[in-house]
Amino acid sequence: MNVLRFTTAGSVDDGKSTLIGRLLYDSKSVFIDQLDAVAASSKRRGTELDLSLLTDGLKDEREQGITIDVAYRYFATPKRNFILADTPGHVQYTRNMVTGASTADAALILIDARHGVVEQTRRHSFIAGLLGLRAVVVCVNKMDLVDYREPAFTKVCEDFEALRKAAGLPEVHFVPVSALVGDNVVDASGRMPWYQGPTLLSLLEELEPIEPAAASDFRFPVQLVIRPRTSEHHDFRGYAGRVAGGRIALGDPITVWPEGIEALVNGIHLGSQELQTASYGQSVVITLDRDVNVARTSVLSAGSQPKREASLKAKLCWLDAKAHQPGLRYEFRAPGGQGQAMIAEVTKVLNLDTLEYELGDGSLGSNQIAEVVLRCAQAPTTEAYSDQRIMGGFVLVDPVRGATVAAGMIQ
Amino acid sequence: MQQPSFLDELEAEAIFVIREAYAQFERPTILFSGGKDSIVVSHLAQKAFAPAGIPFALVHVDTGHNFPETLEFRDRYVKQIGAELIVGSVQDSIDRGTAQEEQGPLGNRNRIQSVTLIETIDRERIDCLMGGGRRDEEKARAKERFFSHRDAFGQWDPKNQRPELWNLFNGAKQPGEHFRVFPISNWTEMNVWHYIRREGIELPSLYFAAPRQVIWRSGSWLPVSDFISLRAGEVPTTKTIRFRTLGDITITGGIESEAASLDAVIAEVETLRQTERGNREDDKRSESSMEERKKQGYF
Repeated sequence: MNVLRFTTAGSVDDGKSTLIGRLLYDSKSVFIDQLDAVAASSKRRGTELDLSLLTDGLKDEREQGITIDVAYRYFATPKRNFILADTPGHVQYTRNMVTGASTADAALILIDARHGVVEQTRRHSFIAGLLGLRAVVVCVNKMDLVDYREPAFTKVCEDFEALRKAAGLPEVHFVPVSALVGDNVVDASGRMPWYQGPTLLSLLEELEPIEPAAASDFRFPVQLVIRPRTSEHHDFRGYAGRVAGGRIALGDPITVWPEGIEALVNGIHLGSQELQTASYGQSVVITLDRDVNVARTSVLSAGSQPKREASLKAKLCWLDAKAHQPGLRYEFRAPGGQGQAMIAEVTKVLNLDTLEYELGDGSLGSNQIAEVVLRCAQAPTTEAYSDQRIMGGFVLVDPVRGATVAAGMIQ
Repeated sequence: MQQPSFLDELEAEAIFVIREAYAQFERPTILFSGGKDSIVVSHLAQKAFAPAGIPFALVHVDTGHNFPETLEFRDRYVKQIGAELIVGSVQDSIDRGTAQEEQGPLGNRNRIQSVTLIETIDRERIDCLMGGGRRDEEKARAKERFFSHRDAFGQWDPKNQRPELWNLFNGAKQPGEHFRVFPISNWTEMNVWHYIRREGIELPSLYFAAPRQVIWRSGSWLPVSDFISLRAGEVPTTKTIRFRTLGDITITGGIESEAASLDAVIAEVETLRQTERGNREDDKRSESSMEERKKQGYF
């Protein structure tokens, strides 16, 4: 894997901004003028060089000293490129955490060594599991404040085990760090001889989270139809999209949904290149050996038959500030379908304190996560989210305001 | 089979976003500055629709203070890719009285470009402008969406952005509103340069070092042109410089460099430890100047 997309969540005091600032600073991803601006700003505030200022983007955030949105950071080492979705950690920003996790391969979870596993740790871990992240790195931070003692670290590792199972996280790594001082972030620390493992950056360089969709059956949701209508390409009719699962090769048989019509792949194009195959993640144009009715949200598939149901069980995260209004029709948007939908039933609501799904009263408000039954006007072509993230994710849009009100994962 | 590279992945993502813009909007266009990022977006747009032609008009906001090379390049490029060109003229806005020239020694036309841009959007009924903005450029842009919603005044509200999950982009809008779309959001400056080399993309000559008449102002070499007046103590000299970004000629400073070829530029960028907007005077006014301008409708 050439790139690792990872997400992190944290709140005011757990040192997240400092840790990220440290990763950027120590991996030499900070430019001189950025550093100058931070130094000047630190001075105005009467503090020493405050690395957390590197990551706090918006003016309101700098004034209030909090992170209120998802911010994306980029850095690279000779081994790998990194894209980091940096999100706030408080319960009222659950939606931001869900957004940041939706495009990540791995999560970085910060734990204050003095406090151990707390409510927020549980929430972050749970969201990582819910969004299907394959790997989690637990950073036990502020080791300098517990005199770099091993038991503080060991206790966190042990306490996290129960959470790992409950949250459904397949792969977890632990590393003791001090973001403020820089121990074990990029450079190994001499102050914790009892820890023989890799530093945080080496861990991030070596992680190989498995994306199940890459090895699954071929799925290709169509974005649009390409018809040049030029004399050179008079009869060309190609289907543009990004491979959402598996791979396909020239000559392979596929089925076009929703019609269920079969055809053979006779061309795979990327710009002016003709390809032999197309794999997970590639944006290509596919041509077929016969005329078939294909349009936006049609899906080309191979192997097993995709899910085609109008009534869908899903986990839903409510994103909008305005609560769900029972009976309201939303616009359902997924790669394999777009149309009217309604929430037929709010089956259970997640208690963000206990992390148990409980019977609710049918209401659904901002930052809440629920199990729902969705009824779509037309059956979309989908997959279970646990098998294929792209085919299994959807959003609901308020048809009047146009706001993205909820994000869902099909079960 | 060869593993797709990071550039392949970034390209696939950008092509996906460009196609989404085409599918979701009625009059999608590309905001074309003649700079490398907007050239890369135009190149990606060609790739996204091949073998069909590029289905977007290119929109250029002309401050009237151009590098001559930028205009030459623009006109040649538009012809070459067969796209329609829409020009919004800042001078026309000033003549109409809808925009007012900034006064004072630091005055420039950067801020009032926003007025012309919004006027052009209204006149041409544009509902989507794709641009070469990248999240690594500046801290306010780190929170920008791929599909960025703008109200009827062209304003960005950073606290009311639509969440973007997976690759589901929501382009729903009210009449009069529009979207800015950033297909290369996840690219860094280095990625852009490597991609330009890999694809053999032609750039304006200003990106390459050559002897140019300049003055030293605000920490960088500013090109001498008809549009700037010399201040006390400023003496034009000839320096071998190149530009890291291209904007209004009155505020785009160059750096001393010997890098006259693409390979040399890439080698130099790899070792430079200063962000590329560092030589744009407009960003230095205050700690949050980019954010302020974005809220007002700057790209």
